[in-house]
Amino acid sequence: MSGAKVWALHLAVLVALFAAQYLLPPYHATNLARVLVLALFAMGYNLAFGYTGLLSLGHALFFAGGMFAAGLPAYHFGFSAGPALILSLLGGGVLAGAVGLFALRTAGVSFMIVTLMFAQAGYLTLIYFNAWTGGDQGFAVPASGRSLFGFALSSDGPRFAVAWGLFALGFLVCLALVRSRFGRVMVAMRENEERSRLLGYNPFVVKLIVLVISGLYAGLAGGAWALLFGYAGASFATIQYSILPMLYVLLGGAGTVAGPVLGAALMFWLIELASGLTSAWLFLVGAALVVLVLFAPKGILGWVREKVWRGLP
Amino acid sequence: MTNLLMPSRRALLKGAGAGVLAGMLPATVGAQAAPIKVGFQLHRTGIGASYGRWYERTVTAALKKINAEGGIAGRPVEILFEDDATDPKRGAEVVDKLTQSDGCDVVMGTLFSHVVMGSAPRAGELKVPYLVCSEGYHVASGALNRWTLQPGITDVRSQISSMAPWVAANLGKKVTMFYPDYAFGYDHRDHFSKAIAAQGGEMVAMIAIPPTETSFTRYFAQIPADTEVLYHVMVGPAVLTFVKELGEFYGTGPKPQLFGFVDSLEAVDTATPGLEFLEGSHFWEAHPRVKPADAGEFEAGYREAVGVDDNGTSVSDAKDVATYSHMFSTWETLHFLKQAMEAAGYTGPADRQKLVEAMEAITDLPYGPERPQGAKVFNGKTHQVFGVQHISQIQSGKLVQVHTTSMEDGMYEDAVDYTTMAF
Repeated sequence: MSGAKVWALHLAVLVALFAAQYLLPPYHATNLARVLVLALFAMGYNLAFGYTGLLSLGHALFFAGGMFAAGLPAYHFGFSAGPALILSLLGGGVLAGAVGLFALRTAGVSFMIVTLMFAQAGYLTLIYFNAWTGGDQGFAVPASGRSLFGFALSSDGPRFAVAWGLFALGFLVCLALVRSRFGRVMVAMRENEERSRLLGYNPFVVKLIVLVISGLYAGLAGGAWALLFGYAGASFATIQYSILPMLYVLLGGAGTVAGPVLGAALMFWLIELASGLTSAWLFLVGAALVVLVLFAPKGILGWVREKVWRGLP
Repeated sequence: MTNLLMPSRRALLKGAGAGVLAGMLPATVGAQAAPIKVGFQLHRTGIGASYGRWYERTVTAALKKINAEGGIAGRPVEILFEDDATDPKRGAEVVDKLTQSDGCDVVMGTLFSHVVMGSAPRAGELKVPYLVCSEGYHVASGALNRWTLQPGITDVRSQISSMAPWVAANLGKKVTMFYPDYAFGYDHRDHFSKAIAAQGGEMVAMIAIPPTETSFTRYFAQIPADTEVLYHVMVGPAVLTFVKELGEFYGTGPKPQLFGFVDSLEAVDTATPGLEFLEGSHFWEAHPRVKPADAGEFEAGYREAVGVDDNGTSVSDAKDVATYSHMFSTWETLHFLKQAMEAAGYTGPADRQKLVEAMEAITDLPYGPERPQGAKVFNGKTHQVFGVQHISQIQSGKLVQVHTTSMEDGMYEDAVDYTTMAF
């Protein structure tokens, strides 16, 4: 697929997502804003896992790091949403860099365990500093912190616009990155690290850079969640929030640009649908995932790339 | 002569009468057919599931009673339950769904504090009354918004403070506290230490237990020898281990008086093997699980309605122990809602602001079938209700009520005035 077609296709996805807010009922438009923020998180996860082969179980730390990097200054010092979002970006990136310096000395299962341990330590740190973080209870972000250029992020329109804007930024950066020379190096690391090393690339440096970029995404998503939906809490640092982006990516298609948003949307509305049908909705969601792994192990867009469009990035 | 263009006077009157009747009919039928929809944010799965099970049963019993008595302002009431998995993220989504998708007039029922915290901002944005049954201090502390109220259960600060006078007078004044190292434990640490100091007592040690801890013996060495009262508020699966190891630590030798909160043992049989060491110790209860000999006149009717026997277990399964000190809050909250809706002349979502103002205007809530736990006073400024508390002792493996506090024991100064906040 030519470059122009690829860009046109992905821009069309962005336009369709923007238009959806006017077509969906208000309840589902708000849900779409949620999905876009979660997809931003999953896109960052996909860069590490889907493109570079870094199977992390610690991304909840980067998400929660961004959430509290934005939420705490807004809550304690009256920061508005603009500076808070920048802090969330930095928070996620710095945490990912710090964890990466240690965790990237390992690989495979060890990498999963070390990242999981860092995330658990982060969760307990949030609990420990209860006086500042609200501990397990968390805190509601005040209205002053939910204001961006005079717009209240608690209102549907500005909230969707910011969620979409951040998602679109992440989406286009991701597309540019994976189509760049560095993007091909990322895939080379995933496919054959030793051969990449032989070709002169330093796997530690490449993977550290990717993990930091992934952390920037996760941090920004965490900050956006706190400011757009008004709550920051330690539960977002639990293992569940490391597993969720992985599931979104696996469902939508690991190593595809649009896979995370497709996976996040499908998972969100699958939960919505299943919870309306039965109280055992978690069972239904689990069963759907098992079916997916059995019949489309590369995810939906992975299947599409294999069978229909081989050039799908 | 009459025709379509020149109708007779009689035909005109008949037509007009029929028209008026027809005009009235849809309104009457519509009012009867349109129930008041109450959204219930339920902990059906997740860590709060044992509470959720009993919350659902209790509020369903209250619903049956209210509908049998004519509903709210003559309209039937319907409850829509939605599982929030005891998760704050899902909690906010559930508030959204119940309000925007299901068209509920109000949302109620949340217990766990982190779910309340995560959901209340969305309720405020949607401008939907959000009545929590949580006992957290989050409402009265001013952390939430004008749309969030707690009218059916006292908050933990009030509960803790009201225990201190009796503990100091009957068990001792030198207290060592074991508390879980997170927000629930901090409420006890902060509020009880102040309350016991006001009674002339002191905290001789405060020992925080990390939430991931599975063995406790090494902490027991930190208990000062002059401790008179051991105050413990461990919750979750670790409680059994905590009590068992505490028993092994003291053996048959002298030990301090034990005082705890029944939150540790909600939905747990106090005669469970391993809990023998608690024999003779005391617990806070909001609503005595085992029916007291001097129980109020409405206690029996409430137990029958919610399906709980005199021992506090399900009438259909003696192993199914009720979360008796919390579940009454859903019953009382639904009755509070009825009272406020009728006072506000509530007709639909456009009256939600009027409804909150009507709730804020309520003060005295006397003992009655609407409030089987006891009389209460609602503080419209802090959106928090106050009531009496109970202290029970484990005797022969059963909780036996030994003391009831006064309402004043649990009062404290206002930390917020929500009525001055914008809607």
